[in-house]
Amino acid sequence: MSFQPTIVSFLCNWCSYTGADLAGTSRMKYASNIRIIRVMCSGRIEPTFVLKAFREGADGVLICGCHPGDCHYHEGNYKCLRRFHLLQKYIKQMGMDEDRLQLKWISASEGKQFAELADSFTEEIRNLGPCKVKEVMETLT
Amino acid sequence: MGNEEKKPKINLAIYWGAACGGCCVSVLDVHESLFDVVAAADLVFWPIALDIKYKDVEAMPDGFIDVTLFNGAVRNSENEYMAKLLRKKTKILVAYGSCSHMGGIPGLANFSDKESLLQRVFDDTESTENPKKIRPQTEYEVKEGVLDLPEFYNDVKTLDQVVNVDYYLPGCPPQTERLVEVFMAIVTGAELPPPGSVVGALVKSQCDECERKKSDNKKINKFYRPWEIEDDGETCFLEQGVICLGPATRGGCGVRCIKGNAPCRGCYGPPPDVIDPGAKMMSAIATMIDSDDPEEIAAIVEQIDDPAGLFYRFSLPSSILRRTIK
Repeated sequence: MSFQPTIVSFLCNWCSYTGADLAGTSRMKYASNIRIIRVMCSGRIEPTFVLKAFREGADGVLICGCHPGDCHYHEGNYKCLRRFHLLQKYIKQMGMDEDRLQLKWISASEGKQFAELADSFTEEIRNLGPCKVKEVMETLT
Repeated sequence: MGNEEKKPKINLAIYWGAACGGCCVSVLDVHESLFDVVAAADLVFWPIALDIKYKDVEAMPDGFIDVTLFNGAVRNSENEYMAKLLRKKTKILVAYGSCSHMGGIPGLANFSDKESLLQRVFDDTESTENPKKIRPQTEYEVKEGVLDLPEFYNDVKTLDQVVNVDYYLPGCPPQTERLVEVFMAIVTGAELPPPGSVVGALVKSQCDECERKKSDNKKINKFYRPWEIEDDGETCFLEQGVICLGPATRGGCGVRCIKGNAPCRGCYGPPPDVIDPGAKMMSAIATMIDSDDPEEIAAIVEQIDDPAGLFYRFSLPSSILRRTIK
């Protein structure tokens, strides 16, 4: 069987989680590799959350928030966007492939787009192979 | 000595692992308070100042030393051996200074690994001629017997990644005044905070102590290295576009760097409940970027040359990712 990546996905409560919920209630099929964590806003996602996900064994992290301009809290998604760019640069310096972390906008009506994204991101991470962070961490302790 | 008031002295040890020596000097900086220190404590082990050998420490009964200030990270087998030995012989083990607290400057070696470091030093440097590719050995036989050297590790570790630590006294080096306060608290038998606490520092961040002018809404369009801009001496560094680690750094040093017109570099480590000061700082700094346009944001982020080195200058081995992976 091909490599089954573990993917942690942080979804904002107002748009993206509702979008993922729509995919579910519409009975769309998508890769089961994605483990969804609901947060109130993509602006709530601290870099610590993402790094911890990698340390605990995630092969990829997918962050989804409301489309620009649509944030329930006005600018949380912009804050997320800025953190995302800095974080990508940081994980690249740490020897990880920056594409293991991605940020996409999913609205509450985009169930289909979410299902497609889940599939395509899983495929992309599958091609990158396992993330070694957890393995390296285990050699350290 | 001896005939005056008979207050039992405590046994004090100071040891260095992978360190620069600055922490030991910060202890010497107590100046005339040294008389108070030696009145209250016997220095039983302090390699920088006293000729006491490892075997003398090995001969001490367990728990003989009341307080050990351990500075420096754990970088090789000697550091690890001494950390474990001193743990056994000591009642209160204090991680003294940034290196034993979080890895410190030696911890930046976790951006590299043993093999590439040895290759650089023993093969590649411009001044090296090493045709036989000689590398340091942990054991080497000579006619007098076997010589041994400590084993160099692949990773730099903090003290608490090797042994149990009772207290942390942060700083690079810790402010001497804070050391004296903590020391006096111990010798006078004052009530100590629960084990595992950071002592000799505040619970709030640098910004709380910093006297520079700050506005509520910081916006950064362009990041500057400190030498690229003329600091006005009174406005918050961040508002001038200079990255200052104050927001994610524990106060207690007396904002010495900022008072000297240099931005905070984070040696005092994170405030309480923050596991990864670098991540916290990235979180703070990114939100200040004054743009909503993805490309413009990417371009502004690009101006930060070395986020990993900058935000984890003192804390890489204690951070979530701890080291680079290949």
